[in-house]
Amino acid sequence: MSTQANPLPTAGWTPVFLCWLIAAGSMLGALFLGEVMGLPPCVLCWWQRIAMFPLVLILPAGMFPLDRKVLRYALPLALVGWLVALFHLLLVAGVIPERIQPCSRGVSCKEVQIEWFGFVTIPMLSLLAFSLIIGLLLLAKHRMSK
Amino acid sequence: MNQKYLFGFAAALLMMVFVIATLVHNTEKGERLDDMVTQNRSALVRDHSPTLGAADARVHIVEFLDPACETCRSFYPFVKQMMAAAPGRIRVIVRYAPFHDGSDQLVKMLEAARMQGKFWETLEAMFASQPNWAAHHNPQPDLVWNYLDGVGLDMAKLKADMASSAVEAAVRQDLEDARALNVTKTPEFFVNGRPMPSFGYEQLQNLVQDELKAAY
Repeated sequence: MSTQANPLPTAGWTPVFLCWLIAAGSMLGALFLGEVMGLPPCVLCWWQRIAMFPLVLILPAGMFPLDRKVLRYALPLALVGWLVALFHLLLVAGVIPERIQPCSRGVSCKEVQIEWFGFVTIPMLSLLAFSLIIGLLLLAKHRMSK
Repeated sequence: MNQKYLFGFAAALLMMVFVIATLVHNTEKGERLDDMVTQNRSALVRDHSPTLGAADARVHIVEFLDPACETCRSFYPFVKQMMAAAPGRIRVIVRYAPFHDGSDQLVKMLEAARMQGKFWETLEAMFASQPNWAAHHNPQPDLVWNYLDGVGLDMAKLKADMASSAVEAAVRQDLEDARALNVTKTPEFFVNGRPMPSFGYEQLQNLVQDELKAAY
């Protein structure tokens, strides 16, 4: 990587690229769970997909060439996805009572379909991914405004 | 420039990981499915299961179907064609998989019709009229009665049988077997116990051709 050699036009590129890596990895992971392993996504999972999948396409638009306004179109998606993921996690954890869950047909959003290492669930991975994306986007903004 | 290469490399790598993971997963799933079917061989056919074709046919197609399922309707003539192409060599066994809302009524109707020896006629009447009573995955079992006139069923007996415990037990048994064999979508086929590697006309045809070649 030559970011050190030519810092001005590329400052902040790496965090945006990392955001894209996380988004693309999340998308392929979600598609793997849903389409390959055949786990049906619940309603809340769909809302998180709606926020995550577009990032995979619009982040590269902000990377080639590096667009200082990338935050303006990426951050709203990441924030919405983060909120839905948080809601989902609290629902699974039982902090939010089940009666207000929005999905009644199909897969229950409360159902834990995957539990890796005894505690890692799908909504947890989603919240982690959105949190990292938000953090990295803010870092990119910080670097670009320098 | 470097950034573009890095991006392209990362994209290619992610796709590769996805494809490899998919292949590995499908291979393992295929092995698991074969194991599962071997362990649950008795769940493939039950005494009450309606069959079509020669009794000594060596290729048995077990089909889990739902009369309200549109894809089951389109597979029906396809299976019939395969039977016609290999006369006397293929036997079809139908199992009930009432996965749509309201389908339990329909399969009870079929099971009651089977008791009158009219299973296939009833199934064909249901499939023929399916667009009229099950448009857009919204089956309305009450409408089906209108299309059964030509079958020649004893309707009073049919209704009484539908409410009988024997019919109830047959449908429950099929649902249990569907669960044991991991049938979650219709139609699902097992050709001499082997499931399709993936869903499709061609996959079913290949499976049947393989078994025909092995048996004759």
